[in-house]
Amino acid sequence: MQIAVCVKQIPDPGDPPRFDAQTYRLDRSGAIILDDSDAYSVEMALRLAEVAGGEVTAVSVAPDGELSGLRTALAMGVQRAVLVSDPALAGLDALGTAKVLAAVARRVGAELVLAATESTDGYTGTVPVQLAELLAWPALSFARHVELEDGLLRVQRQTEAGYDELRCPPPAVVTVTAGVVEVRYPTMKGILSARSKPVDQLSLADLDLEAAEVGVLGAGQEVVGIEDAPVRAAGTMVTDDGTGHVAVLEALRSWKVI
Amino acid sequence: MMDRILVVCEQRDGVPSATVLELVSAAANLATAVEGVTWGPGGAAAAAVLGAHGLARLLDLGDLGDRLPAPRVADALAARMAGEGPPAAVLVPMSYDGRDVAARLSARLDRPVLANVVGLRDEEGGLVSEHEIAGGAQLARARFTGPGPGIFVVRPKSFAPASDPSRPPATVEAVALPAPGPRDAVEVVARHVEERTGPGLEAASVVVAGGRGLGDQARYARVERLAELLHGAPAASRAIVDAGWVPYAYQVGQTGKTVKPDVYVACGISGATQHLIGMKGSHHVVAINKDPAAPIFGIADLGVVGDVNEVLPRLIAALEAEA
Ligand SMILES: Cc1cc2nc3c(=O)[nH]c(=O)nc-3n(C[C@H](O)[C@H](O)[C@H](O)COP(=O)(O)OP(=O)(O)OC[C@H]3O[C@@H](n4cnc5c(N)ncnc54)[C@H](O)[C@@H]3O)c2cc1C
Ligand SMILES: Nc1ncnc2c1ncn2[C@@H]1O[C@H](COP(=O)(O)O)[C@@H](O)[C@H]1O
Repeated sequence: MQIAVCVKQIPDPGDPPRFDAQTYRLDRSGAIILDDSDAYSVEMALRLAEVAGGEVTAVSVAPDGELSGLRTALAMGVQRAVLVSDPALAGLDALGTAKVLAAVARRVGAELVLAATESTDGYTGTVPVQLAELLAWPALSFARHVELEDGLLRVQRQTEAGYDELRCPPPAVVTVTAGVVEVRYPTMKGILSARSKPVDQLSLADLDLEAAEVGVLGAGQEVVGIEDAPVRAAGTMVTDDGTGHVAVLEALRSWKVI
Repeated sequence: MMDRILVVCEQRDGVPSATVLELVSAAANLATAVEGVTWGPGGAAAAAVLGAHGLARLLDLGDLGDRLPAPRVADALAARMAGEGPPAAVLVPMSYDGRDVAARLSARLDRPVLANVVGLRDEEGGLVSEHEIAGGAQLARARFTGPGPGIFVVRPKSFAPASDPSRPPATVEAVALPAPGPRDAVEVVARHVEERTGPGLEAASVVVAGGRGLGDQARYARVERLAELLHGAPAASRAIVDAGWVPYAYQVGQTGKTVKPDVYVACGISGATQHLIGMKGSHHVVAINKDPAAPIFGIADLGVVGDVNEVLPRLIAALEAEA
């Protein structure tokens, strides 16, 4: 089975986000890493390929030929990577990203696409299901447990009240929640072998896509401003010297909770 | 005032979700006509309460059996818009099914989605949505351009629900769906409800949340006990949900629940931006953490720098002595 896993390469979330004052776009000039959310989807893809047989391709859409996050996925064990990078994609939104990912999924003949429920920096949480709709595939979202047995996907899907058990034959898109599996760390051997794995770098033209079609030009939405939110007034701090709980009791009393 | 707003009305056994009532109330302030779409057993029974909140018309797709709703709801909405023209906006609750509906509809209509909306304002040139970014430290404003409806996915508790019992129930219109297609291949084989006692997390006036600072799973019992003594609900950071200490339904934050209780007590929680997004609207915040530099203290009315495993037992003993 050909499995594609979507990976987003993002600025290190440890650094505070900066936005361009004119375009309101995220400043990506710092270190770029594999989104931690996608480390889970990569791990899941590798495990499913181990039981079902098949290959995993990591797919990413990112500016400036960015490969650092894809290298992490390769070091974890995926067989190949595809990067779509094109100056015409500047300011690409979630739907546009899904369109590009759909074109890549078709090109690599994916029968199963894995992604994270939401990215750390964008967290629209819509890209994977938009992708499913564009491919006219079913989607099993918010998976907290995934198995592939006798060609059938079995998923536990998170719900407001608990979880649902789902069953579906591929092709399908599956989005996993964090914690779905324990993520492996790349080994030295993995890091070294990643260097010789195939990385396909594609432009829009390679995918027979036009910028207008992907929706970058008239993206249909715009940011009109970014402001600092009102800050909360600073509170009281106490250091526990054996009576810290008394301060809590007093506060609860003053707020009429007890 | 806009013409028409469509709200995706999730409900269970005739009871709309709290977020749906918030969205219908907000829509009633923004548009002259508010319409909804619902599905699942009991949809029509929601017409009265939805009507009281300002919904005029409710499209009911009926029981979808063992199929997931998103593809079916998106189809029905797209078909309706092809017939009657697009509404000014589609408001979707930020929930499991809501997000999937919005994503499918977006691809169907070739319109983008604005997600994580926490406010909507009617300005010249259309609706402007507000979004918390950087853990709520900044507010971004965005709007749709070009033809077609704006699809807004709205976080829970962004608007106050407002009902007027003198308003009539929404008119219910049953909608016939075409046969399921390849996108509907997912079968729901079983549904599991994870029971919890005490008030629901989203409605509780006191929330006591535990994090990795508790040290181990057994000590989470202290969080539960304190919640019980304060007639509140226990909650958790993602770190301990991922570690399997408590079910996902306890998680507060970006990917978990949004809570706005009267008092939020954070026990051994660092206060990562993704956690703050889910609780910073709380009226009062108490934080117990041994690290004086923990970001959670930045939004706490009372910060106790100390070992949570010493402070909590003393606090619990004092409350038990009073009870
Ligand atoms: C896409 C994405 C979505 C996310 N969504 C969520 C979400 O919905 N909700 C969420 O909570 N997180 C979410 N996170 C994770 C978030 O970034 C943090 O990792 C998580 O909130 C940390 O949980 P914690 O505070 O319990 O653990 P830690 O960050 O490990 O903090 C533990 C704290 O306990 C303190 N401590 C340790 N020992 C003691 C002691 N004995 N007494 C007192 N204090 C002690 C430490 O000083 C520390 O501050 C998300 C992350 C991503 C990438
Ligand atoms: N630029 C991208 N390249 C590859 N995958 C992406 C990209 N953007 C989003 N995804 C996938 O979609 C998931 C959800 O992203 P989002 O909709 O931004 O929350 C991510 O975790 C990835 O799995």
